[in-house]
Amino acid sequence: MTSISDKEQEVVNEFELFDDWMDKYNYIIELGKSLPPIDEKHKEDKYLINGCQARVWLHARMEDGKVVFLADSDALITKGIVALLIRVLSGHVPQEIIHADMTFIDEIGLKEHLSQTRSNGLLNMIKQMKLYALAFSKTSAK
Amino acid sequence: MTIQADSIRKAFPILSRTVNKRPLVYFDNAATTQKPQVVMDRLMHYYSYENSNIHRGAHFLSQQATEAYESARATIRAFIHARHNHEVIFTRGTTEAINLVAYSYTKKFVKPGDEVLISAMEHHSNIVPWQIACQELNARLKVIPMNERGELDMEAYAKLLTGKTRIVALTHVSNALGTVNPLKEIIRQAHNMDIPVLIDGAQAIPHMAVDVQDLDCDFYCFSGHKMYGPMGVGVLYGKEEWLNQMPPYQGGGEMIREVTFSGTTYNELPFKFEAGTPNVADVLGMESAVKFISHLGHEHIAAHENALLEYALSQMEQLDQIRFIGTASQRTSVISFLFKDIHPYDTGTILDKLGVAVRTGHHCAQPIMDFFEIPGTVRVSLAIYNTKKEVDILIEALKKVREMFG
Repeated sequence: MTSISDKEQEVVNEFELFDDWMDKYNYIIELGKSLPPIDEKHKEDKYLINGCQARVWLHARMEDGKVVFLADSDALITKGIVALLIRVLSGHVPQEIIHADMTFIDEIGLKEHLSQTRSNGLLNMIKQMKLYALAFSKTSAK
Repeated sequence: MTIQADSIRKAFPILSRTVNKRPLVYFDNAATTQKPQVVMDRLMHYYSYENSNIHRGAHFLSQQATEAYESARATIRAFIHARHNHEVIFTRGTTEAINLVAYSYTKKFVKPGDEVLISAMEHHSNIVPWQIACQELNARLKVIPMNERGELDMEAYAKLLTGKTRIVALTHVSNALGTVNPLKEIIRQAHNMDIPVLIDGAQAIPHMAVDVQDLDCDFYCFSGHKMYGPMGVGVLYGKEEWLNQMPPYQGGGEMIREVTFSGTTYNELPFKFEAGTPNVADVLGMESAVKFISHLGHEHIAAHENALLEYALSQMEQLDQIRFIGTASQRTSVISFLFKDIHPYDTGTILDKLGVAVRTGHHCAQPIMDFFEIPGTVRVSLAIYNTKKEVDILIEALKKVREMFG
C-alpha cells in the first residue's frame, strides 16, 4: 500500500512536468472540476473551514480503520488544491495522517496558497484534516 | 497642468519593480497607495538629522522637531480647511480616529436607549467601534439602507433621524463600491435636529478636495497611508466645541496639565487627545504626502482618475458577463465586480500571476456582500499613477482568466 510520503512524491513528480505556471494552474483547475461533488448535507456551515475568501467544506469518516475525507470549495483553484490534499491524505490510518509533513505543497510551488494573507482556509484545512485523524485515533483506541 | 501619469510614476520607486516576472500593475490603491520618494526622503531626513522627542526638551533638536510637528499640523489644517490647528488630532489612522470618537463622544453624550446611526455601506472600522460603544451604553445601532446601485436611501435616512439619534457616522466614499455619498445634504438634515456627523474619509481624501468647513461635518477621519503617506498615522478632525466637551480617549504623557495621585487635569486641545510620544516621523511623512497632492492639485487628480475610471469601465463592459457591484451615479476610483461565475479568489489568483495586484474578498465590509448575496468581489482601485496601458493589461489578463475557467 502506498504511503503518504510516496503519494506526496508522486504529486511532486507530476508537477515537475509543467513548464510554466499556467499549465500548472490549468491542471489544478481540472483537478478542482473533477473532484466528486459532496452530499449537500455536508455543505452545512458546521463543516466549513474558517477562512476569509473561498469557502471550504470538509467531512471525514472512518472506513476499515482508515480515514476517508470528502471536501468541496466554491473557488476552483482552492478546490483543486483540496483535491490534492485528499488524494494524499485520504485512505490512511490516523497516525500516518497526524504525522504527515505535507511539504509537497511547497515543492510544487503552491506555498503561497498556504500563507496567512491568502486567507483561503487551506492551512486550516490541513489542520482540520489532522484534527479529524486525531479524533478518530482517540475513538478507535478506546 | 494635466496629470502625466508616466512622469508621476517616476516619483514612485516601487512601480518599476516586477511581480511574477512581469511589470507590476498596482490596482489595490484603496487598500494602500504606494509612496513617492519625497515621503520616504522625509522619513529618512527626520531620523538622520532631526530625531528628538517633542514638546518637552529645552534643547535645540527637541525645539526643532516640535516646530516641524506643529507645522505639519498647520499644513494639514490648511489641506482640509479646518478653522483651527488644534482641531487636527493625530492618530494611528482612520480606525483609531473613529474609535476615539466612538469612545469619548458616546461616553459623554449617549445614554441608554439613545441611537447611533450608521449606513449599510460602512467599512467594519465604522461599524464595530459603534457596536462596542452601543453595547457598553445600552444604546441602539441603526442602519441607513442602500439600494441595488449602492446608493443610500435618503428617504429612509430622513425617517431614521429621530429625537433619540445622538450621532450619524458615515463614509464619504465606499471602499467596496466607490459610491460618493451626498454628504452636504446628509449633514444639513442631521444638523437641523442638532445631531453631529462623523465622516470616514479614508477613501475620499486621496481623490477629492475635502473642505470640512464647507461640508460642515463635525468629525472627519482619514489615514496617511491611503494618500501616498506612511502607514501608522492618520487624522481626526473635530470641531473644537465637540472636542472640548469630550473626555480624553487614552491617558499618558503629553495629554496632561497636572498630575497628582489624587487627580489629573488635562491638557488643552489638541494635546488632550494625543497621549504619549506621537509618531513624529510619520506625521512629517504625511505632511510631505499632502504637499505632494497639493502640488499636483486635486482638480487634476480627479480629472485623471475619473477619465481612467471611465476608460476602465468602458473596456470592462465589453467583456462578456461582467457584473459590476456598485453602480452609483456618483462614484470614484473603485470598480468592484464579479466575472462570469468565477470565484473572486480564482480571478485574483490568476491576475496576480499576471502581475496585476487587485483586492479580492469582502473588503472588510461583510454587510455589503450579504446585501448583494455574494461571497465577495474583485476590486480594482485607481490612483494618480495608473495608466490606460495598465487598464489594457488588466483587460488582457481578464481574458486569460476567462480562457482558463471558461
